[in-house]
Amino acid sequence: MEPNKLVAQLSAADRALIKIVQHGLPLVSRPYADIAERLCSTEQDVIRRLQKLINNGSIKRYGVVVRHRELGYKANGMVVWDIPDDSVSKLGSCIGKFSCVTLSYRRPRRLPDWPYNLFTMVHGRNREEVEQKVEDIVETCGLEDIDHTILFSTRRFKQRGASYTAPENTGGPASFIRLNTEDTAP
Amino acid sequence: MTDITTSFSALEKRLLNDFQHDLPLSATPYADMAAQLGVSENKVLNTVRKLQDDGVISRVGPVFTPNRIGVSTLAAMSIPPQELECVARIISAFPEVNHNYERDHEFNLWFVVTACSEEHLDIVLHEIEQHAEYPLMSLPMLEDYFIDLGFKLQWA
Repeated sequence: MEPNKLVAQLSAADRALIKIVQHGLPLVSRPYADIAERLCSTEQDVIRRLQKLINNGSIKRYGVVVRHRELGYKANGMVVWDIPDDSVSKLGSCIGKFSCVTLSYRRPRRLPDWPYNLFTMVHGRNREEVEQKVEDIVETCGLEDIDHTILFSTRRFKQRGASYTAPENTGGPASFIRLNTEDTAP
Repeated sequence: MTDITTSFSALEKRLLNDFQHDLPLSATPYADMAAQLGVSENKVLNTVRKLQDDGVISRVGPVFTPNRIGVSTLAAMSIPPQELECVARIISAFPEVNHNYERDHEFNLWFVVTACSEEHLDIVLHEIEQHAEYPLMSLPMLEDYFIDLGFKLQWA
């Protein structure tokens, strides 16, 4: 599958809606009516558009989004694997089923610097717990002969926001949407 | 380490765990949650607000599928330790960068870049290299094997 070719065709109305809901629903009794008012639209239309985005796969999950780190899962290990191309799909799905895993992506190798083609994110309360879970994964999915390494995050750098480089300086259109993808971080 | 999960009430635990996916698109989602939990709508709203203020809930709403609404890539750089903080600051300042982590590896700086088109993404990656004065390794997602059902919390 070619990456980045599935970008959904979005209407201006969809983009305006996404720009609002990516920060979460308002905490009021009728959140969609509240959003509709800001968009000069109707509650029914907002719900219909969101349902369409769910149905066409643009929205992967809809509900409460928790923060791992603040819940005590302070260690996140990016576990990278060098898997033969013909079994990466099977093994990527196997690893993705673990409850401690929040990402399982195939990415390109960049030889000779970077031999790993499967990226999985494993969460735990500390490094030891992450290492133990990786051992469980190796055993369950039969990865004993597969080279892997764990990259622990040691610092999360803060973002400064949009003041430094405005979209026009980077050549991007003004309608550019920055997704709040914090929960699916690398 | 103090275990934050022991301090949650039964209601908070259910709010954190039971509604991470397939929240119905009804006009009154919080009243629906309240009915399921056997509490008032106001109780749900106040509890969610508190959990959001405490930082344990990021939001209630959609998680977008990678590369459907915009395009993105995971980028890595290998930066000498004494320059890492400075380079990280330059990179974090780009509005297209959503995450920026130091990791303990020869490639020690990892960040996600999101843009509205391939063309825009290429321009931004090039600009980041120019500003940071270090080469960047771009690793776009080729396939996603993860079915996102949220994050099942294990209560201590």
